[in-house]
Amino acid sequence: MKARVTVTLKSGILDPQGKAIEGALRSLGVAGVTSVRQGKVFDIEIDGADPAQAEALLKQAADKLLANTVIENYKVDVVG
Amino acid sequence: MKAAVLVFPGINRERDMARTLELIGGRPPAMVWHTERQLPAGTDLAVIPGGFSYGDYLRCGAIAARAPIMAAVRSFAAGGGLVLGVCNGFQILCEAGILPGVLMRNQNLRFICREVYLKVERSDTPFTRGYNAGQVIRVPVAHGEGNYIADSETIARLEGEGRVVFRYSSPDGMIDPNWNHNGAINAIAGILNARGNVLGMMPHPENHVEASIGPTDGRGLFAGLAEHLARAA
Repeated sequence: MKARVTVTLKSGILDPQGKAIEGALRSLGVAGVTSVRQGKVFDIEIDGADPAQAEALLKQAADKLLANTVIENYKVDVVG
Repeated sequence: MKAAVLVFPGINRERDMARTLELIGGRPPAMVWHTERQLPAGTDLAVIPGGFSYGDYLRCGAIAARAPIMAAVRSFAAGGGLVLGVCNGFQILCEAGILPGVLMRNQNLRFICREVYLKVERSDTPFTRGYNAGQVIRVPVAHGEGNYIADSETIARLEGEGRVVFRYSSPDGMIDPNWNHNGAINAIAGILNARGNVLGMMPHPENHVEASIGPTDGRGLFAGLAEHLARAA
């Protein structure tokens, strides 16, 4: 079973890397970009066929390691 | 002083730390590999040194914070044992949840390696008894992620409980954004846990202890710890 965990910075947390990317896009002439926030994507393969079980497992993985919930949010998508 | 220095893959300041602990504490520390499950018997100070554990993969300190030895550090701290985390060691303690908050990318996005000034806020802790409250010391920093942040409740609690022990300051002790090189909230350079037996700090006091290579302002931290532990023994 395939799944994706997306980790993003909580709103209000300063993201200097996102700001730098935003500036670089502007200097490249990519018009209309008003804000960039950088995050992480984890593509994960897991044993089993029960999506609910997979989601619970990945939430555990995110809470324990993939995200620092002091500053980050995460989203679990079981692709199937 | 019976210190133990934790060693993770990618750590690179463990020998500086060991040299300082031997110089000031009088005996070489045990070097403890991350796969160990126990600190050596009789350990009275656990030190997590600086470096780039696991290449800063995922987040600084994130992988090291989940290593087997950290369970031993957690219970050692819960039992009142003294724990010092410097630089990556501070990041690891935060990632392990032993200290609150997180160290973010420096505000100017650069890795900063230079001397800074620190105001010592308190002298009544095992880590700062070698200094006077309000004293300014000069120590080096070398980090890309030293910008301390926590939610506003946590910051209020840290400040209210006097758990901010070091702040970046001017040479005469003024707290000023111009002297806060990494942008840390409230110029926080080092904090204690609630019990006061765990200190995390970004600067490297272990690198300023020998007159032959420069200032010796870092000595006070280790001399104070040695004195505290000698009295407790």
